Amino acid sequence: MTESDSALSHLDLETPEKPFLDANELVINMGPQHPATHGVLRVILRLDGEKVLGLECVIGYLHRGVEKIGEHRTYTMFNPYVDRMDYVAAVSNGLGYCETIEKLLNVEAPPRAQYVRVILTELNRIASHQLWLGTHALDIGAITPLFYTFRDREEILKIYEKYCGARLTTHAFRIGGLQYETYAGFEQDVRNFLNFFLPKIDEYEELLTTNRIWVERTRNVGIISGKDCIALGVTGPVLRASGVKWDLRKAQPYANYKNFDFDIPIGQNGDTYDRYLVRVAEMRQSVRIIEQAVEAIPEGPIMAKVPKVIKPAVGEVYHSIEAPKGELGYFVVSDGSTQPYRVRVRPPSFVNLQALDKMCRGQLVADVIAVIGTLDIVLGEVDR
Amino acid sequence: MIAKLKGSYGSGIQALTYAGQNYILVDRSLIPDLLHVLRNEEQFDYCVDITAVHYPNRDKPFDVLWVLYSFARNERIRVTTQISDGETLPSSVPIWPGANWLEREVYDMFGIKFDGHPDMKRILLPDGWKGHPLRKDYPILQQDTEWVQINLGIESGQ
Amino acid sequence: MNSIVQYIQSYLASDKTPGAAGNMFWALVYIMLVFVGLSVAVIAMNWLERKILAHMQVRLGPMRVGPHGLLQPIADAIKLLLKEDIIPAEADGLIFWMAPFIVVLAAFTVFVVVPFGPTHAITDMNIGILFMLGVSSLSVLGIVMAGWASNSHYPLIGALRSSAQMVSYEVAMGLAVVSAILMTSLNATGTGTLSMIGIVQAQQAQGEWFIFKFFPLGLIAFFIFAVAMVAETNRAPFDLAEAESELTAGFHTEYSGFRWSLFFLAEYSAMIAVSSIAVTLWLGGWLRPFPNLLSGGIWELVFSFFPGVTFLFFAAICFYNTVRMPKHPLFRIQTIGLAAFGVVLALIGLVLFIPAVSMRVQDIFWFATKVAAFMYLYIWYRGTFPRYRFDQLMQMGWKVLLPMGLGVLILTASVALLQQKLWHP
Repeated sequence: MTESDSALSHLDLETPEKPFLDANELVINMGPQHPATHGVLRVILRLDGEKVLGLECVIGYLHRGVEKIGEHRTYTMFNPYVDRMDYVAAVSNGLGYCETIEKLLNVEAPPRAQYVRVILTELNRIASHQLWLGTHALDIGAITPLFYTFRDREEILKIYEKYCGARLTTHAFRIGGLQYETYAGFEQDVRNFLNFFLPKIDEYEELLTTNRIWVERTRNVGIISGKDCIALGVTGPVLRASGVKWDLRKAQPYANYKNFDFDIPIGQNGDTYDRYLVRVAEMRQSVRIIEQAVEAIPEGPIMAKVPKVIKPAVGEVYHSIEAPKGELGYFVVSDGSTQPYRVRVRPPSFVNLQALDKMCRGQLVADVIAVIGTLDIVLGEVDR
Repeated sequence: MIAKLKGSYGSGIQALTYAGQNYILVDRSLIPDLLHVLRNEEQFDYCVDITAVHYPNRDKPFDVLWVLYSFARNERIRVTTQISDGETLPSSVPIWPGANWLEREVYDMFGIKFDGHPDMKRILLPDGWKGHPLRKDYPILQQDTEWVQINLGIESGQ
Repeated sequence: MNSIVQYIQSYLASDKTPGAAGNMFWALVYIMLVFVGLSVAVIAMNWLERKILAHMQVRLGPMRVGPHGLLQPIADAIKLLLKEDIIPAEADGLIFWMAPFIVVLAAFTVFVVVPFGPTHAITDMNIGILFMLGVSSLSVLGIVMAGWASNSHYPLIGALRSSAQMVSYEVAMGLAVVSAILMTSLNATGTGTLSMIGIVQAQQAQGEWFIFKFFPLGLIAFFIFAVAMVAETNRAPFDLAEAESELTAGFHTEYSGFRWSLFFLAEYSAMIAVSSIAVTLWLGGWLRPFPNLLSGGIWELVFSFFPGVTFLFFAAICFYNTVRMPKHPLFRIQTIGLAAFGVVLALIGLVLFIPAVSMRVQDIFWFATKVAAFMYLYIWYRGTFPRYRFDQLMQMGWKVLLPMGLGVLILTASVALLQQKLWHP
């Protein structure tokens, strides 16, 4: 292997061998049962007083073998399983999976289905960011935003419930389109939600954006440069907050995102505060997309012509979408039978979590909490 | 780009397309060099995913593939290579630091080792676990009963 | 027999506190009253905090145990007392056992000198404020002991954080207190006092609460104290010691049941204690608002109605909510309970209208009202602010509050000196 590669030169990945017990060092275990690790993440911290010398993530406590299950279910049967990965953005997971299989089958969902898909996915992005905002603020010690965001997230979940009967793991889409026609008044519900929700974003911002303690706690915390993000494969709002203007919805439009006019919010410093601003701005952009989509829903069928028994030809496809947390990819290999030969999920949280060590070194314990929060990981997706 | 690569590596490279997606089938021996070239000369600076597929009936039962993306070209490419059981691959952590966990997961699930990886151990399954679950000869209900009994103190996890 | 009655009665007309008058019987009665009153205040505070915080956060808070969750603190207390008292196997048993008692002891002892009125204090020490600061800082000891004895990482870090924090904020707090004490010396004799009662009487004599004295010097000193006291009691936004998202529960992570509830009790009584200091030093202690501006018989009468009216107001809220209770039979007991609670409050309110009673509880009422305002602030902070980071907290203590305290102290001293030399030569 050739040495001194440019990708490595700016990353400090080596952990020098040291005696395990050092009088100056304190090794503590954060998790797997810890209020701030958003599930069952275990972080082993090496501390000098309050300063973090290094950390290692131990994951897998929620491993359910989703990829193995995928090989033993038919294409249709596996669809609800993907909802259980990133359970706060189940609709995005479903969209990615359905589009991948559609690509494998070489079919395309009809326009009406595409529009409804975009609306539901963007609603889901808002819900995911709301949950992130609430829990992130809670980690930093502001307990009130949590309840505000959950109050408003409830409205989105109500729309889901009316649409498909489920609130969290929705299983909203089918391969080839939608299972359900939208209910009467769906558009009106979505419009009502948008009108209700826009002032609420201002409300969140009032609580946090100029709050001095919030700014002090988040600015210059967990800085990561755009270059490091790319080298580590970090995507989503974390990448954008570091100043890289890259969003799969624009870069390689899937569904019918190319029909909509929206901006990609980016940050400059790549710190926790910027990531907060980027996600809040993304909520506003999602509102913009939904506004356009809900006005333009065409009439027509909701399902493409998909055989009852799905048997794609032999082949393999990688398809990825911009999930709320970053690039969510599916790699599906078909051997011509009714079951996928191999399903691989490229989870954004899993890859983003790698950056934790890089972002936390030299910071304080309290910052580790802030950074775990700002990475917006969902352990169901990290461990699958 | 493919033509250029073919020019320099000859018959070791096979360019394929399926469903509008390009992927190249590469000989195992070309792997470290080719990835370097893709990273440094062809600007594939983002390693999206590393994974493997198991075909137990083949001579070389494992497909290992790298999904790469270039921000400059807005292009995706898949590099696939075939290796036999027990064969190792050079780690791409020096090329893309983000490959670290992805390679660990491939090791965890398929038992394919990567040489030069800084911390080659299991990631999702517990350290002492026996077997690599995503191999086709690992039945879906199989578990490391011994590990479960020793570490969890229960008869079975099912 | 007669002599005992005489002994008991002899104090009643006294203008001194029982401790100062040397009447041990009344001192004991006062101790009991303060202890019971404090416990009730902590219980009420528990309910109020959960309720107020809940309403700030668009939720209801406790609603199940008793009408509007009124009995929730009692249910909690019973639960905590019945819970298993776990001492971790690796813990240092004796110290682990002692720590909560030291914290509680420190938190309760300070109330010996808190003046609820000119005669309503257990005793009047001539070093009252010093005693109060000294004893209240002893709770650091208990916290360090708890963190150390738990023999676990999180409590240890929590205890270190909390002791560092309490020690460093005590400095700024002390400076602010000194500048208030300086103001007590602005009289004909030029001598100040450390007695808590003396400080309030000085404000009465000067006709001005110290918060308005030498505007804005008094206000700044008060502000420094108000910030430092939140840090001193480890409450949000300075609750790093028990930052639940970082250190699970800080120094009391390993405590459960009764021992944990002692920490809880100590935290709330410490909050009341430091608020009492702030009220005594800057907000005129038991003095009613505008004693000079709105003086005269008619105003005295109006202000004497306040305690009763307050209780009647609370009773009215109870009755209003009784009417609003769902009419379902399941809610019958709750409705009756709430109405009964309202009746009790109304009766207390009516009793407080009796002139003899009303005159005696005036001081206590105003003192309690001012402390209650601080308690509300504590809850409000908790609902609004994120948590400071440790280095920022230290920065704030040493780099902002300490220089400010020093500056205010020097300025106050200079102004006081000038005033004495120029205006009262």
